[in-house]
Amino acid sequence: MTTADDALLADLKRVLGDRVRADSAERALLRRDASVFDGGSAGPTCLCESTEEVQRVVRIALAHGRSVVPRGAGTGLAGGAIPLGAPVIISLSRMNRILEVDTDSRIAWVEPGVVNLDLTKHLTPLGYHFAPDPSSQQVCTIGGNVGNNSGGPHCLAYGVTNAHILAIEVVLADGEIVTLGGLDAEPSGYDLRGVFIGGEGMLGITTKVAVRITPNPPSVRTLLLSFDTPRDAAATVSAVIAAGIVPAAMEVMDQRITIAVENYVNVGYPRDAGAVLLAEVDGLPDGVDIDAQRISDIGRQHGATDVRQAASDEERMLLWKGRKTAFGAVAQIAPNYYLHDTVVPRSKLADTLEEVYRIADEHDLAVVNVFHAGDGNLHPLLLFNGQEPGIYDRVHAAGAKIVEASLAAGGVLSGEHGIGVEKQPYMHQMFSEDDLDHQERLRHAFDPACRSNPGKVIPVGHSCADIQSLRNVPEEVWG
Amino acid sequence: MSDFAKLVGAEGPVTVVGGRTRWHVGGEVRPDAREVHAPSGVVSYDPAEMTVTVRAGTTTTELTTTLNEASQRCALPERGGTVGGSVVIGENHPEVLGRGWLTSSVLQVTYISAEGKLIRGGGPTVKNVSGFDLPRLVVGSLGTLGLVEEVILRTNPIPPRSQWVESHDADPFAVASRVLRPSAVLWNGASTRVLLEGHAPDVAASLNSLTAIGAWSEVDGSFELPQHRWSLQPAELNGCSGTFVASIGVGTVWRDEPQPRPALSPSVIEISTRMKNNFDPTGRLNPGRSAF
Ligand SMILES: Cc1cc2nc3c(=O)[nH]c(=O)nc-3n(C[C@H](O)[C@H](O)[C@H](O)COP(=O)(O)OP(=O)(O)OC[C@H]3O[C@@H](n4cnc5c(N)ncnc54)[C@H](O)[C@@H]3O)c2cc1C
Ligand SMILES: Cc1cc2nc3c(=O)[nH]c(=O)nc-3n(C[C@H](O)[C@H](O)[C@H](O)COP(=O)(O)OP(=O)(O)OC[C@H]3O[C@@H](n4cnc5c(N)ncnc54)[C@H](O)[C@@H]3O)c2cc1C
Repeated sequence: MTTADDALLADLKRVLGDRVRADSAERALLRRDASVFDGGSAGPTCLCESTEEVQRVVRIALAHGRSVVPRGAGTGLAGGAIPLGAPVIISLSRMNRILEVDTDSRIAWVEPGVVNLDLTKHLTPLGYHFAPDPSSQQVCTIGGNVGNNSGGPHCLAYGVTNAHILAIEVVLADGEIVTLGGLDAEPSGYDLRGVFIGGEGMLGITTKVAVRITPNPPSVRTLLLSFDTPRDAAATVSAVIAAGIVPAAMEVMDQRITIAVENYVNVGYPRDAGAVLLAEVDGLPDGVDIDAQRISDIGRQHGATDVRQAASDEERMLLWKGRKTAFGAVAQIAPNYYLHDTVVPRSKLADTLEEVYRIADEHDLAVVNVFHAGDGNLHPLLLFNGQEPGIYDRVHAAGAKIVEASLAAGGVLSGEHGIGVEKQPYMHQMFSEDDLDHQERLRHAFDPACRSNPGKVIPVGHSCADIQSLRNVPEEVWG
Repeated sequence: MSDFAKLVGAEGPVTVVGGRTRWHVGGEVRPDAREVHAPSGVVSYDPAEMTVTVRAGTTTTELTTTLNEASQRCALPERGGTVGGSVVIGENHPEVLGRGWLTSSVLQVTYISAEGKLIRGGGPTVKNVSGFDLPRLVVGSLGTLGLVEEVILRTNPIPPRSQWVESHDADPFAVASRVLRPSAVLWNGASTRVLLEGHAPDVAASLNSLTAIGAWSEVDGSFELPQHRWSLQPAELNGCSGTFVASIGVGTVWRDEPQPRPALSPSVIEISTRMKNNFDPTGRLNPGRSAF
């Protein structure tokens, strides 16, 4: 601990009292997020409880020449919340109040620390829900959803987070408070609200959000289709979309993950299927029956060996429980996993999946696939034992190949997890220097001095100001 | 370098002419600005992917025809003008509830920068969070940040049935509680028109459900919309009077006179000014016009 840090801590404590944490246990915890990336170095953590506190902390950090990193639940998978250069960590998890629900206008004002599923639970008795439903929804926060423009199984029909946010109160990197967007139909000016979403904490700190709330559909049909191969499942997904049906969700799981889930929660998935497709349609009763029948027919035309429709709500919940506990199930079969996230055109799903299996084989790694197939959003999980010497090199090498294969198929780097530090080295494969330069210009309009979550997204070496603000950290600070 | 990039060049004031249907939005272009046209034509269209790649100078009429041939449509308004003009104007289709928001439907944008360089933002797939969101910045930017050459748009299937219905006695604000997903609820003070879309039995069921709040008859289409759009909060619409058509649940109101420009907060103006200066330091893109 240095004098410089003593002064910073003293200033922060004057505002937050014991809600500033700087002990070594806390710092070790907050060095990481849910990604496989080794942590950076955390400065003091501030558990803010109001916009004004966030503003004051940002100004104190600024005065001490330190950058800030906003943090929700830390479930990000791209390293977006990893602190680089001992920044002040601003935790929003205590700002977790649902401020206002207006069912007439179908909006809710919430604080950023509200847990995604808590919001939907709050809305359920009113007949509404918050549509983005990341698989991590039991823990991840609305602020994190906005930060990463998160998706989820039901974003196929409903759209990702960006389609569900009307206005955002932000504390900018210089401490100014600004409201982006608005509740009116088409707010004038540049769409700064739209641009901010998916900004990974680099455009400012979200302190309040107006979200759109979605009425619960009166009828839902959930189907489980079994196939001999993932290729048949993928072909069915493409064919359903091509037939002009946009289901609420279409999720594919391969055999390995299906068996793992069965062993873990026993929800009745077929162990002998090469892949299963979980498809859901919602809306009015007649229409959902028509679409469920068509999906079933299309599945059979593409080799479905079995089609099961949930007969009750309980059975429906059970089928979803299997999907939603998939990551927990994986933890039972491997000590570590690396969850990847790329998108390819739907017509390339089957080929790319085969390529993923080949790449895993080539690197002597086990891989399981459970993914948002309807959007072409692949989620290969590379399984490994982190204790094995040199394993991380192999895992990252395989990951690089998966990214390459996805781009070669006409895809993109990330569908929902973001770039963070994970995909930063690949940005050049998707964008030219000039493209990246323009992304940087966008970023600088919000944060000219690169004080908010520096060192992410834009490749290092490109972003001079970022390097500057990372270097500004006094040598002797914690790390 | 693309032909359009050469045309735009790296120096001197320049503006893109589309269909001139929204030519005066955001102020008058400076008379010394050189007028250029964006290239036109549908580049590629794969209905099964639900995406279309289209050059900015293409008319929305041509795009609509192409999409309709595959029983699809998109979020762009279909009332004349060009794809590029519609994207940079950023207004939504009057049936936005059924079509989706324009800003969510622009997946990738290719534009020429003030320095005359070809810049690409976003990606070709329906889902993408790779880097900062340049497409959303360009939508509604009025051609002040970059001149659009080409976009990739999300498309959607045309529902099996579409039916407009009208009522003279129903409360327009009660429609939402009767119909799950109306594609449009328009009200002109005297009557309400609702666009019901989906499978035929669902449309019939929705119409049936609507009879609880009034008497309805089938009509051929929407109201004639006045020229100018106002952006209000959905909750403010019941105060509308005079000649107007209001989109209930959305907040858009069409009127004969333009909406006075709402004042933006100083912080928003500051960010917007920096944005403009960062993208167009010499102020050569669509000079005279401002998006904020
Ligand atoms: C098991 C598992 C399953 C997952 N499934 C999905 C899925 O289906 N879909 C999906 O999209 N993601 C998924 N994720 C990833 C992750 O849960 C999401 O990205 C989530 O939205 C992150 O929320 P968080 O609160 O944990 O944010 P954090 O991890 O704390 O932060 C994420 C990013 O947002 C920034 N941020 C956080 N809060 C704020 C704020 N208030 N203001 C400004 N910036 C902020 C951070 O700086 C960081 O860059 C999954 C993760 C796990 C572990
Ligand atoms: C009577 C009528 C009513 C209409 N109502 C609506 C409505 O309610 N909602 C709606 O959305 N549309 C409506 N439209 C259509 C709308 O005007 C056009 O679809 C579009 O918004 C403007 O396109 P344009 O090609 O005519 O643009 P122009 O009027 O030619 O140009 C508008 C602006 O965009 C700039 N621009 C044009 N192309 C580019 C480019 N490639 N790159 C950068 N800048 C560019 C121009 O320089 C100019 O500043 C209506 C049209 C008519 C005729």
